[in-house]
Amino acid sequence: MSEHVSSPRFYFLIFAALIVLTGVTVWVAEIDLGAANDVVALTIAVTKALLVMIFFMHLRHSTRLTVLTALAGFFWLAILILITMSDYVSRGVILPVPGK
Amino acid sequence: MDYTTEATTFKSPPVTAPERPNYLNAGYTLRSWLLTLDHKRIAILYLISVSIFFALGSLFAMMVRLELLTPSGDLLQPDTYNRMFTMHGIIMVFFFLIPAIPAVLGNFLLPIMIGAKDLAFPKLNLASWYVYNLGGAFTLWALIHGGVDTGWTFYTPFSTTYSNTHVIAVALGVFINGFSTIFTGLNFIVTVHRMRAPGMTWFRLPLFIWSMYATSLIIVLGTPVIAITLLLVAAERLLHLGIFDPKLGGDPVLFQHLFWFYSHPAVYIMILPAMGVISELVAAFSRKRIFGYRIVAFASIAIAVLGFLVWGHHMFVSGQSIYAATVFSVLSMLVAIPSAVKVFNWTATLYEGSVSYETPMLYALGFIGLFTIGGLTGVMVATLGFDVHVHDTYFIVAHFHYVMVGGTIMAYLGGLHYWWPKMTGRLYNSFLSRISAMLVFVGFNLTFFPQFILGYLGMPRRYWAYPPEFQVLNVLSSAGASVLGLGFILPLCYFGYSLFKGRRSIDNPWGAVGLEWDTTSPPPTFNFDVIPVVTHGPYEYNPEQVHRVTHPEEAAVV
Amino acid sequence: MSSVAADPHAVHAHAQHHPSLAHQFDNLDQQRESSTLGMWIFLVTEIMFFGGLFTAYVIYRSQFSAAFQAASHHLNVIMGGANTAVLILSSLTMAMAIWAAQVNRRKLIVVFLILTMLLGATFLGVKYFEYKEKFTHHLVPGPNFEFDGPDPQHAQIFFSLYFIMTGLHALHMIIGIGVLTWLAVLSWKGRFNSEYHNPLECAGLYWHFVDIVWIFLFPLLYLLGAHAH
Repeated sequence: MSEHVSSPRFYFLIFAALIVLTGVTVWVAEIDLGAANDVVALTIAVTKALLVMIFFMHLRHSTRLTVLTALAGFFWLAILILITMSDYVSRGVILPVPGK
Repeated sequence: MDYTTEATTFKSPPVTAPERPNYLNAGYTLRSWLLTLDHKRIAILYLISVSIFFALGSLFAMMVRLELLTPSGDLLQPDTYNRMFTMHGIIMVFFFLIPAIPAVLGNFLLPIMIGAKDLAFPKLNLASWYVYNLGGAFTLWALIHGGVDTGWTFYTPFSTTYSNTHVIAVALGVFINGFSTIFTGLNFIVTVHRMRAPGMTWFRLPLFIWSMYATSLIIVLGTPVIAITLLLVAAERLLHLGIFDPKLGGDPVLFQHLFWFYSHPAVYIMILPAMGVISELVAAFSRKRIFGYRIVAFASIAIAVLGFLVWGHHMFVSGQSIYAATVFSVLSMLVAIPSAVKVFNWTATLYEGSVSYETPMLYALGFIGLFTIGGLTGVMVATLGFDVHVHDTYFIVAHFHYVMVGGTIMAYLGGLHYWWPKMTGRLYNSFLSRISAMLVFVGFNLTFFPQFILGYLGMPRRYWAYPPEFQVLNVLSSAGASVLGLGFILPLCYFGYSLFKGRRSIDNPWGAVGLEWDTTSPPPTFNFDVIPVVTHGPYEYNPEQVHRVTHPEEAAVV
Repeated sequence: MSSVAADPHAVHAHAQHHPSLAHQFDNLDQQRESSTLGMWIFLVTEIMFFGGLFTAYVIYRSQFSAAFQAASHHLNVIMGGANTAVLILSSLTMAMAIWAAQVNRRKLIVVFLILTMLLGATFLGVKYFEYKEKFTHHLVPGPNFEFDGPDPQHAQIFFSLYFIMTGLHALHMIIGIGVLTWLAVLSWKGRFNSEYHNPLECAGLYWHFVDIVWIFLFPLLYLLGAHAH
């Protein structure tokens, strides 16, 4: 059996990190940073998600195929969101016509 | 090859050696079938289910073509006509075209072709069949209560707000059916990764497996999106939420983005397995390895990936941004390239091959021609400037029927004819089967080629009446549909007959190469008496070494 | 690189047939790797499933940010934040349940599974109060929806998405609790140990995934209007 066993203390540390990050995201949200609010909130969310995936979900000790699978899921979601957004964002954009 | 003697297969089976234990005679009770974990039995269960839905979908097609014999709407009420084409589309797309090749041929062959005893998750496999039928039950319930009239595309706000039909029931039926497909795709991916026989490296896999793998990738990545979209449609309809209804601040184009994100890759779910079948047929009946094996394998993956980037080409006239439309148009042309590469490679395989014209090959050759036409017209409609004129006309209808019927259904029939002796241990009447193939080919072209012209001349799709100048072409099309229908009914007869009175087949009636042909016809429950150790690639045809069955009498057990 | 799946020494493996080894697999490693991969693929389908909702959210939010901010302001950040902490804690207890299996401590598996379920139930309890509050304040989309703000139509869309996204998430939690109940029973009966605990691992993956969905839902839904006082 090639399974790696993490210690309870280690899991607790990850848990603590997640709680701290939650606190930070709530605290930052109370401050008006304009557009940066979204960026900070999403960055913290992604970090928390990565902590859960790598340590709680054992991606750290998983095969390359499993890691690739997980990444592919998020990549495909990005395709869905970004390409759909590209339609909405580019409506009403008027590019200069050569010669005019 | 002496074709005339093949008509002699009407004889009852000769007295033979006692039947060996195989997956068919391992239990005759209903329970042994309904609770089976054997992927081969599940494939047969699916064969029965998809055939029933195909017959149902064909009935609706028949009603459509009957109505369109005359320019005025004189057979059906307009609302009824809407329900006819809608139910035809929904049943054919979701309950036949998407599951047929993967769930019937894929389920049966995939473990055998990779040298495994079964799929990775046999219970999940059985569950997928039950879930398929559950989804079908919802749809049938809706059908009995009048069906749905939204078009298979469920565009909002008609489907969410204005339609007076059982949209929620059908949406739920398709939603549930989606899980069936997801279970199959998931099972296939894990099986191919983890359960190949010793020595079966990725590049020794038959191209059918590469196609099933690529198809499965699309299934798991795309199907959930239509699932949530239909759930939203049902929720909006039930609770008047307004997510897609402009009157309540919603956006119908958002529905279209979410819908087509899945539904475009769905067409690749329909065609990739078909292409996989064709690779097997072309190799077997040219007695040659497929030209450019690795390119064809990579092309399958390329189609799966690129297929996710082009969905906006269904929305050229929906109000999408012109820049997004242009990018989608260019990307759509790119995705044609790997498909074309495959057609070139099959053709190159045929060149200087030892080609024979048994029924499966007739279907394969038909596929190559018809898929080419369908694919080329696909590039035409991918062209933004052209599509704005032919969108929502019969040109589109013709295009997709060329690829889905001329493509997928031909491949499915070809595959059934090729692997029938393997699956059932019986031979069918090859004279009748060749006649059938001809009827399908002729009937298909007669039905759908006039529709290209009709669309180009401006006849809109989903219309129950049309200007009288279009009648001749419509009559041709409906006549063709009758011939096509006959071509589909005949196999029911001779396949059915073969099950009871057909001559028993030898293990490898075609003299083909592949792990499935190394085991018995029908195979034993666990596929192999001894798990093979693979030492060479697929399609190792060597005319001197591999005995070719030249006379049909040799294919039968004596 | 394990590209070849079957154990070349399968001859003697057949003699040591483990009771938890399913017939289609050659050895426990292959079975474990297969079930883990299979579960991750299922989670990918869940990512895309929730993903459709996130897409709708992103599109509407980008177009109607003022209405969305105003609507979001009505959500209770304290309850949402507390629920976030509850779910994170439940992920810890879930991970501990698997650890307990890895070190062969049967009773601890059950303890941690029950703790996870209790935390999940707490989450659902808080959600119930949140939903009730929305109902009282006429913020449930439909004929009784009332919103005093400049763009009630798009505020209603925010709430439609809020209820659908958190509702679907809650449904996943309920299913998760159901699965954990069944696994707790199996664990009590001694079904899992250091050699075999695939179902626990798979349930853990599912549970953590549901946690991750909430990790994204919380800032997107609750913190959007946090500074719009």
